[in-house]
Amino acid sequence: MNIGRHTLIGVPYLWLLLLFLVPFGIIFKISLSDIALAIPPYTPSLDLSEGWPGVRDFLRQLDFENYVFLTEDALYWKAYLSSLKIATISTFLALCVGYPIAYAMARAASEWRPTLMMLVILPFWTSFLIRVYAWIGILSTEGYLNQLLLWLGIITDPLQIMNTPTAVYIGIVYTYLPFMILPIYATLERMDDSLLEAAEDLGCSRLSAFWIITFPLSRSGIIAGCFLVFIPAIGEFVIPSLLGGSGTLMIGKVLWEEFFSNRDWPVASAVAIVLLLILVIPIILFQKNQEKTQEADA
Amino acid sequence: MTSAAVAGPAEFAPWKDPAQTPLIRFEGVTKRFGDFTAIDNVDLTIYRKEFFALLGPSGCGKTTLMRMLAGFETASEGRITIGGQDMNGIPPNRREVNMMFQSYALFPHLSVWDNIAFGLKRSAMPKDQIPDRVHEMLRLTRLEQFARRKPHQISGGQRQRVALARALAKAPKLLLLDEPLGALDAKLRQQTQFELMDIQEKTETTFVIVTHDQEEAMTVASRVAVMNDGKVIQVDTPARIYETPNSVYVADFIGDVNLIEGNVALKPDGLASLAWAEGAPEIIATAGEGLKDGARAGFVIRPEKVAISAERPEDRNNVVRGRILDIAYLGNISTYHVELPGGQVIKAQTVNNRRLSRRGFTWQDEVWLSWTDTAGLVLAG
Repeated sequence: MNIGRHTLIGVPYLWLLLLFLVPFGIIFKISLSDIALAIPPYTPSLDLSEGWPGVRDFLRQLDFENYVFLTEDALYWKAYLSSLKIATISTFLALCVGYPIAYAMARAASEWRPTLMMLVILPFWTSFLIRVYAWIGILSTEGYLNQLLLWLGIITDPLQIMNTPTAVYIGIVYTYLPFMILPIYATLERMDDSLLEAAEDLGCSRLSAFWIITFPLSRSGIIAGCFLVFIPAIGEFVIPSLLGGSGTLMIGKVLWEEFFSNRDWPVASAVAIVLLLILVIPIILFQKNQEKTQEADA
Repeated sequence: MTSAAVAGPAEFAPWKDPAQTPLIRFEGVTKRFGDFTAIDNVDLTIYRKEFFALLGPSGCGKTTLMRMLAGFETASEGRITIGGQDMNGIPPNRREVNMMFQSYALFPHLSVWDNIAFGLKRSAMPKDQIPDRVHEMLRLTRLEQFARRKPHQISGGQRQRVALARALAKAPKLLLLDEPLGALDAKLRQQTQFELMDIQEKTETTFVIVTHDQEEAMTVASRVAVMNDGKVIQVDTPARIYETPNSVYVADFIGDVNLIEGNVALKPDGLASLAWAEGAPEIIATAGEGLKDGARAGFVIRPEKVAISAERPEDRNNVVRGRILDIAYLGNISTYHVELPGGQVIKAQTVNNRRLSRRGFTWQDEVWLSWTDTAGLVLAG
């Protein structure tokens, strides 16, 4: 029976080991290597046939010079900061858009809720890439949005939205909105309506009851939603490269260019490792929040 | 013994005193939800300091009636006044009425203290007086040592008291209690009923309680309104509801009752006779209100008012013979189910006031059941 339990716990750990820790170890090793014109494009590679001296020789060739390089070129820390800024602002925008939607869903008649939920999830049925490409059609200078606004007479010259940070914000908020809506909806939906009646009964107006009762009680959903948007947004590279043009600096894009344009795998790996370290902080905070919610529910 | 001691304190019965003005007045109130009529033309008056119970099966409209007092529902027709003021259009947060919710509705993110202080912070009370008032409420409900805890860290009974303290904190004119004891187990419920009565007396607040538990209503209330299908069937003191129900419905809803249907004939001295089976002697009983001569009617009698004996009693008009079908021994009382020759089953109760007496009767015994002329009632329909 004890063996059974260990196997049960062991399976996910084995999974994590194979699909997270091992690749992480490989990337970490590459980040300590040097660029080379070879396949794979870095050196040294471990050759076990030479025995112990070969391993020692291999270890001696590893160093942190790629990390030092990251601090020397302003491009990298500018890209990190820009990513943080874009992710933070997008998360805030997604919250501003997502909360009212989640609130309306939770307040809707119960027979409508599955349909509304379906509508939120529906975009996942088509490819993420196609949906981002669709935004090019909407936002470009000759796109539908400009055509509509010109036709309505609101603007006389087409707006330049494509290849600006605005397009990146639109893309990120659009893509990650369901991750904001669903956890907030989950907390709002299980909230007891009589709490609001009690607040009103005790002298609150409807609006103040929202700020004093509903909003704090949906806090765990807000935090979960924010992390679910923030964490993938910070490493995002498809949206900035398709919608943001060359002017938008994001670390995901830099990473892509290092790997595939420069073929500098060691520097690219160092960028990825630093990004992971930056993300570890919000991930730990997110875990703490989840644990706290679970405790409160127990 | 002096005569004053015998008389005791003056009886609390403002509904008998025409000089008293009621605190709450429902005048022809109807409430419809779409096609469904939840409340059907209700007239009701409730007086200051009353502990008033709305009693009925689920779906009878008692909760809707209470929610109208709180301001969560508005009447489709008719008028509700509290203290002479028409309450139409006054939102819940502007009423001097507080409610204790069935789910308690305690704010889970606030401590016991903050829950109780919640209403006070939103009232005109000066900030420096709030702690004193909260403390007074904590003392009244014996929750002092739990003030800093969150609702999920205390027991169900304690949560119930927090909900009560929170609703009483603003010293409302009227306190509404929606099935306040429904979530408690039977022992705690009984104990809490007496606490509620005690607190109601101490605070001199008017309480309106909604319950489907007739024992609870009888225990706590000064008056009970029995409701069915959105109508108020009878409003009276618990004793009068039990002893002089105005309809077969009320008699059947409150407590245990034997019901025999038949044709009625009115007799002098407020009596009526009921022909209920061919060949059987007519039943003589007190005539209820609105009884029509010759109409179908029901004779109702409580099991404890039916005497059971081995010999035919000579001094009573109502005597029937039957056979014991079943005996339910409940410790303090025994209930005998006696089958009459026509197949009708009558319940008779005896009190087991001796510990070691031999059981007088057993299954299949032939026995005589008897009752006096005033023990039962003949009621219309």
